[in-house]
Amino acid sequence: MSPDPAPAQETARAQEASHALESARPHDGARHLAPARVLDVDPLLDDPKTRIVVCCGSGGVGKTTTAAALGLRAAERGRKVVVLTIDPARRLAQSMGIDSLDNVPRRVKGTEGDGELHAMMLDMKRTFDEVVEAHADPERAAAILANPFYQSLSAGFAGTQEYMAMEKLGQLRARDEWDLIVVDTPPSRSALDFLDAPKRLGSFLDGRLIRLLTAPAKLGGRAGMKFLNVGMSMMTGTLGKLLGGQLLKDVQTFVAAMDTTFGGFRTRADATYKLLQAPGTAFLVVAAPERDALREAAYFVERLAAEKMPLAGLVLNRVHGSGADHLSAERALAAAENLEEPRIVDQADGKAGLRNSPETDGGSDSPEPSSPDPAPAPSVAELPDEQTSVDLVDQVTAGLLRLHAERMQLLSREQRTRDRFTARHPEVAVAEVAALPGDVHDLAGLRDIGNRLADNRRELPEPGE
Amino acid sequence: MSRLQVVSGKGGTGKTTVAAALALALATAGKRTLLVEVEGRQGIAQLFETEALPYEERKIAVAPGGGEVHALAIDPELALLDYLQMFYKLGGAGRALKKLGAIDFATTIAPGLRDVLLTGKACEAVRRKDRSGRFVYDYVVMDAPPTGRITRFLNVNDEVAGLAKIGPIHNQAQAVMRVLKSAETAVHLVTLLEEMPVQETVDGIAELRAARLPVGRVIVNMVRPQSLDAADLELVRTVPRASLARSLSAAGLGGARRGGHAERLVEPLLGQAEEYAERYALEQEQRSVLGELGLPLHELPLLAEGMDLAGLYELATELRKQGVS
Repeated sequence: MSPDPAPAQETARAQEASHALESARPHDGARHLAPARVLDVDPLLDDPKTRIVVCCGSGGVGKTTTAAALGLRAAERGRKVVVLTIDPARRLAQSMGIDSLDNVPRRVKGTEGDGELHAMMLDMKRTFDEVVEAHADPERAAAILANPFYQSLSAGFAGTQEYMAMEKLGQLRARDEWDLIVVDTPPSRSALDFLDAPKRLGSFLDGRLIRLLTAPAKLGGRAGMKFLNVGMSMMTGTLGKLLGGQLLKDVQTFVAAMDTTFGGFRTRADATYKLLQAPGTAFLVVAAPERDALREAAYFVERLAAEKMPLAGLVLNRVHGSGADHLSAERALAAAENLEEPRIVDQADGKAGLRNSPETDGGSDSPEPSSPDPAPAPSVAELPDEQTSVDLVDQVTAGLLRLHAERMQLLSREQRTRDRFTARHPEVAVAEVAALPGDVHDLAGLRDIGNRLADNRRELPEPGE
Repeated sequence: MSRLQVVSGKGGTGKTTVAAALALALATAGKRTLLVEVEGRQGIAQLFETEALPYEERKIAVAPGGGEVHALAIDPELALLDYLQMFYKLGGAGRALKKLGAIDFATTIAPGLRDVLLTGKACEAVRRKDRSGRFVYDYVVMDAPPTGRITRFLNVNDEVAGLAKIGPIHNQAQAVMRVLKSAETAVHLVTLLEEMPVQETVDGIAELRAARLPVGRVIVNMVRPQSLDAADLELVRTVPRASLARSLSAAGLGGARRGGHAERLVEPLLGQAEEYAERYALEQEQRSVLGELGLPLHELPLLAEGMDLAGLYELATELRKQGVS
C-alpha cells in the first residue's frame, strides 16, 4: 500500500465496492479471515519516506512484541532502525539480546543483513531531567531537580510517561541518526491518554492556575480580577490546608525555577503533535481478535482520524487458523461421537463394527464441546489384542477431532469479532498474525513474528491440492 | 473474610470481569456487595450491559440467591469535591475551585493524592454503617489498576508522605493505610496461564508483600479446556498415521487411502495436536510456578461464546463453587 495515508484512504473508499463483492464470495475454506483490505507491512517498512512507526493499542495485545518484530524486520531489510519501548517484559528485552534496556539506544547484535537494529527503553524520569537540563542553566536545573514537587511530577504525573515517550520520540527524530524509529506506546488506562497527556501536561505546566499560584500580585492589581483574586487566595488557602503548606511552597518555588523553560513545554508538545501528523509517520493499531481489544482498536482508529494522524492499518495478533478448516466443528464433533459410542458398545457387548455404519455422519445434534473424560490410557505398545488397539486409536482420533472442533469454534468466534470491526471500519487495512503456541525468547522468535506479519497467512499449510 | 477485596492483574487478563464475577459471587442470599471502578473506563457498565455509571452508588444486579450488587465509578475530581464538602463545607466555592482548574490540579499533580481519594472512597464504603449499626455493604470489591501499578496505588502513605507531611490529606492517607494493611483487605491477582502475565503476577506479589499489603488469591482466568491429557498426547505420538486415517474414515470422514479425504485430515489434525501439546506443556509449567506462591489458586474457564452477562453469572457460580464466598 501507499505509505502516504491520505491517498491510501482515498483508494480505500474507491475500492470499497469491490471489497464488498469480494467478501461476498462463497466460503472456500482457504481463507477464513479474508479482511476487506490487507495491510502489507514490507512496503511500509521499506519506504525511505517512512521515518516513524507508532504502535498503539490496549494492554496485553502484544504491542511491544509487534514493535520489536517490526523493528527487526525493517533492520534485516536494510534500514537503520531504533525501537523505543516503554516497558518491555524482561523476556522481550532478552530476546533482543539486551538484559537491561536503558534510556540510550543500544545496538542489537545478531541481526542479519546490512541494516542495524538499536533498542532502548524509556526512562521517564531521566528524560524529564534531560529536558530540564537542556533548558535551564546548571544552577537552576539543579534547584529544579532537587525540588520535591518536581520529583513527584517527574516520577508519576498521570501523563508523564506518555509525554516523555513523545518527548523522546521528538529527540530521536531530531538527531536524524536513524532511517526509521519504531515506537511502542505506554500501556494506557485508556486510548486517549497517549494523545492527550502531552497536551495536558503542557497546558498544566503552562496554565492559568500555576501562573496564579506564582504571580498573585500581578493579577490582583488589575481591576476586574477581584473575583479571581478572591478565588485564588481561598484556593491557595484550601490547597494549603489540604496538602500542607509545604507542598504549596514547593510548587511555587518549582514554578519560579521552571519559569524560563515553561514556554518550552507547550512548544515541544505542539512540535511532537505535528510530528505525529507528518507524512513520514505511520500509526499501526495493534489488537487481538477479542471483543474488548477490538473495541479499543476501533476507538483508536476513530480518534486518530479525528486528530488527522496517519493510520497505516491494524495489526491483528494471535489469529488462529486451521489446515483442516473445511471440516466444520459440528461434523468433527459428530464424527468423534461416532468413534466413541461404539467403543462403549464394544466393551459392553463385544459387538464390533457398528462404527462403520455410514449414516452416522453429520446426522446427530451438534453437542456441547465438553471435553472427554481423560481416562488414563495404556500405551499402544502394551496392548493385549488388536481390538483394544483399534479402540485406542479411535479414542485418539476422537480426541483429535474434538480438539479440531474447539479450534474451529475459536476460529469462527475470532472471525465474527473481526468482521464486526471491519464492518465498522472497512477503510482500515488489516495484517493478521498467526498465533504462536508459546512466547518469544530470541531474535529468531521475533523474526518469525515478522514473517507472520508480512505473510499475512495462517500458520498451517493448506491441505494438499 | 476480608471485606475489602481488591482485584488487580496484567492488562488483558480480564481483571474487570473477574472483579465483577467476584462481586456477584460474594452477594449470597441477603448480602450486598459494592463493585468499585477507579480508572474511569466504564468497564463495569459494559459488562453489566447498562449505561455509563455516574459517580453514584446504584444497584446493577441481583445475584442468584437474592444478594445485591451495587456499583460505583469513582471520579477523583468529584471525590475531592465530596471530600472538601465534608471537611470544609465549601458549597458553591467548590465549583469555583473546579472552574479555576484547582481540582484538576489537585488530583493530577500528585498521583498519590489522586490515589488517596480513590482508595479513601472505597475504604469509606467499607466502614459505612446504617442507622442500626449494620454495615451498609458486606463486601466492597475494587476493580483496581493493573499489577504493574497496584503496589504504588495501594501504598498511598509512601506516595503522599513526601508531599503532604501534615494536614488532612496526610491524616486521610494514614486512615486509609490502616484499612489497606489490615486483615480487612485482600488483594487478588488475575493472570493467564502464559509466561508474561505469570511473571508479572509473581513480581507483583513480591512487591505487595514487601509493602506489607495483604495478598489474597491468585485467579487464573480464561483457562482453555483440557481436550487431551498427557496420556492422550503420548498416544497421539505413538499411533501410526495409517491407523488414524482408517479411524477417521470409520467415523464417516471419507477415504483412508492416500489422497482420500480422511487421509488428508491426518496431517493438519496432528499439527494441531502438536501445537496443543506445546501449549499444554507451557501451561503446566506456569501452573507449577503459580503453585509455588503458596496462595489459594483458582481457575476460571475460557467461555466458548465470549464474555457476556450470562457468562459473568457463570463465572460467579464457578467462583462460589471454588469457595471464594
